[in-house]
Amino acid sequence: MLSNLRQLFRYRALVQTLVVRELKARYRGSVLGYFWSFVNPLLLLLVFSFVFTYIMPRGEDVNIKPYAVFMFCGLLPWTWFSSSLMDAANALIINGNLIKKVMFPAEILPVVSVISNMVHFLFGLPILIGFLLYYSIPLHPTELVWFPVVVSVQFILTLGLAMVLSALTVHFRDIKDLLANLLTLWMFASPIIYPMSFVPEQAKGFMDLNPFAHLAISYQEIFFYEGPFGHWKWLIALAFAGSVLFLLGYWLFDRLRDSFAEEV
Amino acid sequence: MAAIELDHVTKVYRRHGHSRRYATLKSALLTGSLARDLRPEESFLALKDVSATIRKGVTYGVIGRNGSGKSTLLKLVAGITKPTSGAVRVNGRVSALIELGAGFHPEISGRENVFINGVMLGLSRREITNRFDEIVEFAEMEDFIDAPVKTYSSGMYMRLGFAVAINVDPDILLVDEVLAVGDEGFSLKCLDKFSEFKRRGKTILLVTHGLSMVERFCDEALWIESGQKRLVGDPKRVVQMYLSDVELAEDLLLAAQDAKAQQTPVSAAPEVVAPGPVESVAEPDHVPQPAPEPGAEVDSESETESADEDAQPDNMFVAKEGRWGSGGVRIEQVTLEGDHGPAHVFHTGERMTIRMRVNAPQEVDDFAFGISIFSGDGVCCYGTNTHIEEMTSRWLQGEATVLFVIDQLDLVGGTYKLDVAAHKRDGFSYDYHRLLYTFRVKSRTKDVGIYRPRHAWSFSDNVHFKPDTGDSAEALAGDQALAAIDPSTPAAEDSPTE
Repeated sequence: MLSNLRQLFRYRALVQTLVVRELKARYRGSVLGYFWSFVNPLLLLLVFSFVFTYIMPRGEDVNIKPYAVFMFCGLLPWTWFSSSLMDAANALIINGNLIKKVMFPAEILPVVSVISNMVHFLFGLPILIGFLLYYSIPLHPTELVWFPVVVSVQFILTLGLAMVLSALTVHFRDIKDLLANLLTLWMFASPIIYPMSFVPEQAKGFMDLNPFAHLAISYQEIFFYEGPFGHWKWLIALAFAGSVLFLLGYWLFDRLRDSFAEEV
Repeated sequence: MAAIELDHVTKVYRRHGHSRRYATLKSALLTGSLARDLRPEESFLALKDVSATIRKGVTYGVIGRNGSGKSTLLKLVAGITKPTSGAVRVNGRVSALIELGAGFHPEISGRENVFINGVMLGLSRREITNRFDEIVEFAEMEDFIDAPVKTYSSGMYMRLGFAVAINVDPDILLVDEVLAVGDEGFSLKCLDKFSEFKRRGKTILLVTHGLSMVERFCDEALWIESGQKRLVGDPKRVVQMYLSDVELAEDLLLAAQDAKAQQTPVSAAPEVVAPGPVESVAEPDHVPQPAPEPGAEVDSESETESADEDAQPDNMFVAKEGRWGSGGVRIEQVTLEGDHGPAHVFHTGERMTIRMRVNAPQEVDDFAFGISIFSGDGVCCYGTNTHIEEMTSRWLQGEATVLFVIDQLDLVGGTYKLDVAAHKRDGFSYDYHRLLYTFRVKSRTKDVGIYRPRHAWSFSDNVHFKPDTGDSAEALAGDQALAAIDPSTPAAEDSPTE
């Protein structure tokens, strides 16, 4: 397994090529092209802020001032997270001809799913920065140092889940449909459209078990809330948990690898 | 030194029952076989204990019927799947021409896809840049390389895929039936490329149904049959053995078909047939009427019976298989025999005997026997009967044997069908078997038409041919060609192949 992991690193040229292919193919033929990477999160943000400031205006109660910015802090990484998992679950099946007909390192496919969605995430950041500037919310360099850490933690965590999902979907196609609904539930169970202060006391413990809650809070603390970054203990714990999950996921993937060519 | 080594390789495919169980759930409940169907999995033995050593620089052909495990073998060598037991050892860089253009993305241009595909096959970007022009030129894609791949024709797609794969410059090239790529010109280019590989001492593993390819290109050939090694060695010999085995199987298949064709009408005909048929209504050109839909078996029988066909050539063209007649004389069994007993596959020029076992329950004095041979597309090649040949019948009773011996079956290669009949001299049918018997004629010469007259070419002194070029030499003298084929047939039978 370790030698396989090392091989994964050797294939970085292939990963890079495939990510570029994915990005190129994604918007090929559309008028706006790459611009969609910006427009997509922007439109999503508009929809959500319209719903939650005009239709269900609860944000006003709790004094989260520019609600749109608050929500964007959680929504942007969530989109990365959820699209990665959805793509990864399909990755092996869609690229079945690669696995069946060519000697191809299958684990690259979930990696490509996660990385290409990360690129979209990074494209969305300038919009967030624009909002922060517009509302003149100050950014503190000491907090920004944590940003790459949060991104890395989210990356390893997402990758671990992506490995598990992509390997299992080959055997259980039902996962695809289940996953879409599960992710919707997960989103509403995470402090993305509401702040942690909304969460009732008895549900807090449950929230602590939700890995994405910690990620969302971390992003919010870095970009939105005043004061020093206070969530780092949770973040480091999550980094460990994410690494373990990744290793477990990779182990599972490796175990099932031989069945892919026959089952896809 | 061995480039590829297969060491007692066994591959078992497990079929997990998901979809199958769905499909059969209803029937499972109905037939009560649920318990059996819920067994976790079914296994399929694709390869069974295959060992082979492929030396470096050798072009190695693998032949065998569909589903015999050829492609599985290739996939094992390519590392796409792993053997269930045993080991596969490969020394050197492998490029597999199994699925051409696998991983091409339809939305992006050919140019970008070449790079991506190259990286997938293990080239670095710089290597691809260096070979890019060569790849595009080889694929004959100069004009379209910047168009998205989805706009390519399937031939273009394959050509580009082939060009990339062949330019990976592998030590070992795996080829699976990909020479059907593109037009004649491109195929020749591919063959040239293979020859070049051979010259440079690369190892090629070729899986194909193109037996002539194997004979011409390969240094060694392996024949696998239902997952097992049947024969390995000199390609000419292996192909020869394989061919005679295929013939044998064809023979069995035709025999089974014949048996089936004879069974269905035999049971129906005697009951349907009325004893007093309207005679001499045979209208030579009422084609649509007695050629009914195959669905209406019983009706058609009585209809055609009343129309009363017999061995008259005009009606022969209303080619519809079936059996009818009053049953006054019954043809109970028809066997085709070659020199070595019953057969369904003959070679051009061989002897063929049609053996009929007939039975007349009561004595008859007015009878004639006839046969005619039809080509696969329904053209009557030859028809005759004892009446035409001016044999006057006297009497017949009880079981009898009728032999029709064709000394030299001078037909060109193809599938033929046979009519046999027992009828009155005026044409009234006792027992008419229309197109119920099938035989196949094999020929090494690809001559055309129906009939091959015995012939010979001769030339004046200033006309010269190369002395020994397989095909044309055989065309020159059918007899010699046959002599060359014949010994192989018994050889196939006594070869203990395992």
